[in-house]
Amino acid sequence: MSDPSITDPAAIVEASASAHPRRMTLNMGPQHPSTHGVLRVVVELEGETVRRAIPDIGFLHTGIEKQFEALDYQQGVTLTDRVDYLANLSNNLCYALAVEKLLGLEIPPRAQWMRVLLVELTRLNSHLVWLGTQALDIGAMSVFLYCFREREDLLRIFEMFSGQRMMTSYIRIGGLALEPPRGWQEAVSRFIKAFPSNVDQYEDLLTKNPIWLRRTRGVGHVPLDVLVDLGVTGPVLRACGLNWDIRKTEPYSSYEKFDFEVPTRTEGDVYARYQVRLAEMRQSARIVEQALAGMPEGAWRADAPHVLLPDREKMKTQMEALIYHFKIVTEGFGVPAGEYYQAIESPRGELAYYVVSDGTAKPYRVFMRTPSFGNLQALPAMTEGRLVADTIASMGSLDFVLGDVDR
Amino acid sequence: MSSKVSEVIDSAAAIAKGLGVTLKEFFSPTVTEDYPDGPPRFQERYRGVHVLTRDENGLEKCVACFLCAAACPARCIYIEAAENTAELRISGGERYASVYNIDYNRCIFCGYCVEACPTDAITHGHGFEIASFDTSTLIYRKERMLAPLPDGAKLAVAVAE
Repeated sequence: MSDPSITDPAAIVEASASAHPRRMTLNMGPQHPSTHGVLRVVVELEGETVRRAIPDIGFLHTGIEKQFEALDYQQGVTLTDRVDYLANLSNNLCYALAVEKLLGLEIPPRAQWMRVLLVELTRLNSHLVWLGTQALDIGAMSVFLYCFREREDLLRIFEMFSGQRMMTSYIRIGGLALEPPRGWQEAVSRFIKAFPSNVDQYEDLLTKNPIWLRRTRGVGHVPLDVLVDLGVTGPVLRACGLNWDIRKTEPYSSYEKFDFEVPTRTEGDVYARYQVRLAEMRQSARIVEQALAGMPEGAWRADAPHVLLPDREKMKTQMEALIYHFKIVTEGFGVPAGEYYQAIESPRGELAYYVVSDGTAKPYRVFMRTPSFGNLQALPAMTEGRLVADTIASMGSLDFVLGDVDR
Repeated sequence: MSSKVSEVIDSAAAIAKGLGVTLKEFFSPTVTEDYPDGPPRFQERYRGVHVLTRDENGLEKCVACFLCAAACPARCIYIEAAENTAELRISGGERYASVYNIDYNRCIFCGYCVEACPTDAITHGHGFEIASFDTSTLIYRKERMLAPLPDGAKLAVAVAE
């Protein structure tokens, strides 16, 4: 048994090496093609079998939670982009929802639907990168190229809305950053019409492929109660049979008005996670279609002159608006003292921002509950006692983003 | 025995289906872009290297109000203000920016400065090829970001002489 007081992975390995002289220690990472970021996994091998796997995290720690305390609330949105580089808009949304709750802002329906549309496109983007890289890790090279073809279209749509492909900062406190651009309906509908047939293409390449089946079926299975205890959320949890999706259990941003299903499987292996994510892509496409068809008219941001910058036309013609503009840019806006925990369903699972305000223009504390961190905890349970080659498949199926783990 | 045979047939069918996807892709138009040999494609709103604009008379729009510097989450904008005089008129307002630096080591291209600017002086261009081996070259001065003079306009310094 290991000494719980030792927390440094190197010390754990050293202690274990003297206890088990026949074991070999393998460092997977910090730079390893399958780690998707800078993660070091110290793997103890006995022949081909993994006896222990210890994730050593923190290589990408940026102190981003602390940085929030130095910025205005609205400036903080730019930080949320940089937590999870595959789900920027989900992070924007979660932070914005938490602060809006503290401010007591009412968000107009058009902005809410627009947010749903964009966040679902983000889910597609994230799942596409996951599918491409997971297949690549296991050795199916071509799937990656097909996934990135569609991802490019998505990034172009994000660029069209916000001006940036990844660091969008498009969902802001109080609504959206800018009015939706000219021709966005055509761009989104062209993409979403073609998308289901693209998912069929991925399925043709993988779903029944014998090599894919052998590499994924029965691999990395963990019982449901263990996953729940470890704090795992998202598709990994749903692949084990628990129907838990924040979009259904605690709807936000008018998700209750959309008709979609939460796909689940019971096998709990890598293949089930693959099936769940592919089914989720189809459901997300459905949500986007509904959002396109039923997009309400009206304002795209809240009516809150003390929080949001005034309309540019008014700012240039009316003195009062100009004064508000100067005041908000230079001082920010005060948020009533209080605290709020807002959870949403990000592509990886339960993402939450806990914002504490002391009444000033800068947050007192912002804490993030990031799904990747919780999901990574399942890695030892998934790999110990199994073959080292399956470690790669299990790791990929957890779909963690290291920026999200270390933040 | 029969299950073994059907397994082989299923596998062969699945692989053939996958190869069919690849084969179909041979005949569909290519989506790869030729950058850097071809021009990159941008959306209208793309946030690239900033451009400091001028009005129709060639005067700078920036009036050194410091709002962009206040809005910047990365604190990368440095401004020094000076007064316009009758002899030397640089901007349309009372003051102008005698020094206007953007540190592109720090800039995150979030666009907050553009939203904050009350005179539309700072805008995002579509330039993005600013990578450098020497970080000291990434602090851009005003002259490097100013839009060219409109036709027929003269530089303010020339007027003063």
